[in-house]
Amino acid sequence: MLGNLDLSLIWAAIIAFGVIMYVLMDGFDLGVGLLFPFAPDEEARDVMMNSVAPIWDGNETWLVLGGAGLIGAFPLVYTILLPALYLGVFLMLAGLIFRGIAFEFRFKARSAKKWWNIAFAGGSAVATFAQGAVVGAYIQGFETQDRVYTGGAFDWLTPFSVLTGLGMLAGFALLGATWVAMKTEGYIQRWARGLVVKLLLAVLAVFVVVSLWTPFINASVRERWFDHLEIIWLLPALALGCAALIGWGVKRERDILPFLATMGLFIFTYLGLLVSRWPYVVPPDYTLWDAASAPESQLFLLVGVLFVIPIVLGYTAWSYWVFRGKVRLGEGYH
Amino acid sequence: MELDPVFLSRLQFAFVVTFHAIFPVFTIGLASYLALLYGLLVRTGNPAWERLAEFWTKVFAIVFGMGVVSGIVMAFQFGTNWSNFSQATSNFIGPMLSYEVVTAFFLEAGFLGVLLFGRERVSPRVHLFAAIMVALGTFISAFWILSTNSWMQTPAGYEMRDGMVHVTSWIEAIFNPSFPYRFMHMALASFLTGGFVVCGVSAWYLLRGHDVEANRKALSMSLWLLLFATPAQAIIGDFHGVNTLEHQPTKVAAMEGNWERDAGVPLLLFAWPDQEGATNHFEIGIPHAASLILTHDPNGVVPGLTDVPADQRPPVWITFFSFRVMVGLGVLMIAFAVAGLLLRRGDRVYHNRFFLQGLRLMTVSPFIAVTAGWFVTEVGRAPWLIYGVMTQAEAVTPSLSGWMALTTLIGYILVYAVVFIAGVYYLGRVIRQGMVEGDVQDVQDVTRAMRPMSASHVPFDDGQYQPPNADSRS
Repeated sequence: MLGNLDLSLIWAAIIAFGVIMYVLMDGFDLGVGLLFPFAPDEEARDVMMNSVAPIWDGNETWLVLGGAGLIGAFPLVYTILLPALYLGVFLMLAGLIFRGIAFEFRFKARSAKKWWNIAFAGGSAVATFAQGAVVGAYIQGFETQDRVYTGGAFDWLTPFSVLTGLGMLAGFALLGATWVAMKTEGYIQRWARGLVVKLLLAVLAVFVVVSLWTPFINASVRERWFDHLEIIWLLPALALGCAALIGWGVKRERDILPFLATMGLFIFTYLGLLVSRWPYVVPPDYTLWDAASAPESQLFLLVGVLFVIPIVLGYTAWSYWVFRGKVRLGEGYH
Repeated sequence: MELDPVFLSRLQFAFVVTFHAIFPVFTIGLASYLALLYGLLVRTGNPAWERLAEFWTKVFAIVFGMGVVSGIVMAFQFGTNWSNFSQATSNFIGPMLSYEVVTAFFLEAGFLGVLLFGRERVSPRVHLFAAIMVALGTFISAFWILSTNSWMQTPAGYEMRDGMVHVTSWIEAIFNPSFPYRFMHMALASFLTGGFVVCGVSAWYLLRGHDVEANRKALSMSLWLLLFATPAQAIIGDFHGVNTLEHQPTKVAAMEGNWERDAGVPLLLFAWPDQEGATNHFEIGIPHAASLILTHDPNGVVPGLTDVPADQRPPVWITFFSFRVMVGLGVLMIAFAVAGLLLRRGDRVYHNRFFLQGLRLMTVSPFIAVTAGWFVTEVGRAPWLIYGVMTQAEAVTPSLSGWMALTTLIGYILVYAVVFIAGVYYLGRVIRQGMVEGDVQDVQDVTRAMRPMSASHVPFDDGQYQPPNADSRS
């Protein structure tokens, strides 16, 4: 019976789920870091950081789970993407590390606080840009021969990937702003709400340019969208619907709706990206079946992962429940 | 100058893994110690155990946090710098490394939070259970990592098909020939590390008269542990060496600085190995001792480095001297453990300033010994990445250029320098503050973050901290 199960498809679903969980969840706490330098005052920064402090490292566990799943289930993705994105990966890790220790030490610092502010905002910006550039590099595809990356050190850094990097900065900042607007009140909430529309316009601008640009970069993506699969046009339509909801929600001063709609915007854009490249996981040459590890290895790992994912989901849901509601000045983490 | 990506990648991995390894080797030992302290607390209800447990939980939290931060990089380095290795071995290495992550997750999700923040929210027994599970989890984590490393030293349970490793027996691959010895050696090393750090910090507190009651208990129990663990480590180390002789003879030859295969080989106390000339200078040795130790026969045959061609020999001087540093520190540790026993007469163990100052200095010794030991086993494997199967040069990422590797090497050194300085500086402040009652957790504060370092409330940078009160408790 197991022989009929396509383990590679199951694994593709698990990893795709892990990636979007990571993007949505680490997205808003990276976004909070991006907005840090523009916050009205130091107290607002305290509140903003308090709003994500209890959950951010749980959010990043999804990145590690995704990475570990990749080397276990689709090693070819791991061994081509990491060499191809070598310097970008370093920047992302350096950014995440600085951000991580800033979380730990800023709360305990007094005169050194401004340095940890810089580490937090700078680390968030570098990590976000690197992640956005990875998306751009992924759409472009990778130069390979005999299952080995053969391109140069800066192939990933092109005008297109810079654009997607900037788009990611705007997108995560939008997630961060809607999060802050949901979790705070008073002048901090008003400030965050004021940012939402501007950031949304920036995101939409990048969204439009990337959508128009992509078909020219890549013939297979163009065929996918302009061939006969009309149903997939639902995805960008739903994404734009979410954008409209964000604008409407902010205007009506809704607390939760803009944040949820921003998540929707990310989810539908992400699905659109998956559809563009399916079933290639290392575009343009290798499909998910080419990239898979041996079935016995995929099965060996699947047992443990299926056991742990529900626990991680439960733990995540529980910690969000515990830390629900508004964050106020001078309470919480110190 | 020509930049060699293989050499720079080795340097980079060595730097990252050395930096990272000092944290888990400590937390594995300390986690078991915490479980013991909370167990004693549940059993006796003595508040001294409580103060010790709370203080060492804070230290544990900080070191654990630094270990997590520094460990993330390695999960990516296998792909960035060693992609040919990762690709060829992915069917084995992939699930093994993933299982380590899965284990760590399970730990973090379930029990770490309860251990660090749950004392007022769960019953003491449930809390003790969480502490035991965290201790167990650190061992399971180490299990996967050490099994993977051992497989690279003594590969088993696999076959090569089209240049790819395919596992034929998970049991044989996971429990490969060198794994049981390496695991035991490392587990004991973790206990020694935890033991010497607790001894060193307790000794320092006793010298300053801080919380004498609790710190005497801590010093005494750690010294009992060390009395058994230090000689046990020497015995396990001997078994490990004999296992290495069987499976990796060239590594043993480098450890002994033995160039020619011979019978009745002396144990070199000092020598200056000459890789080019394939000989040693300035040898001082004990006749027949190396043969005796390795083969348990004074005239036993010890393999030589010249058994293999020059390009298959590891860098001898690193292996040779690292081995001597490790063994030398091991002997010193045994001496301290025995001295601790002798000084118990008349409680001199708590008062002898030379002994206490010595223990303070010995705090760093297990970290140096563990690092040196890993240098022996990793450098001694060169030029192989998987012993006898794949060389380091074959394993490196083909598209990697020397300057790329150099850029990230410098980058990681800078990043880790900041992490390390901030972490150790802060740890120093926590230790200087000592065991203060009521500093551990605020019960009512539900919005408290559930993260390792929030287990400590010591401020990072101002002068408001209280110096340890002179003997405030005894």
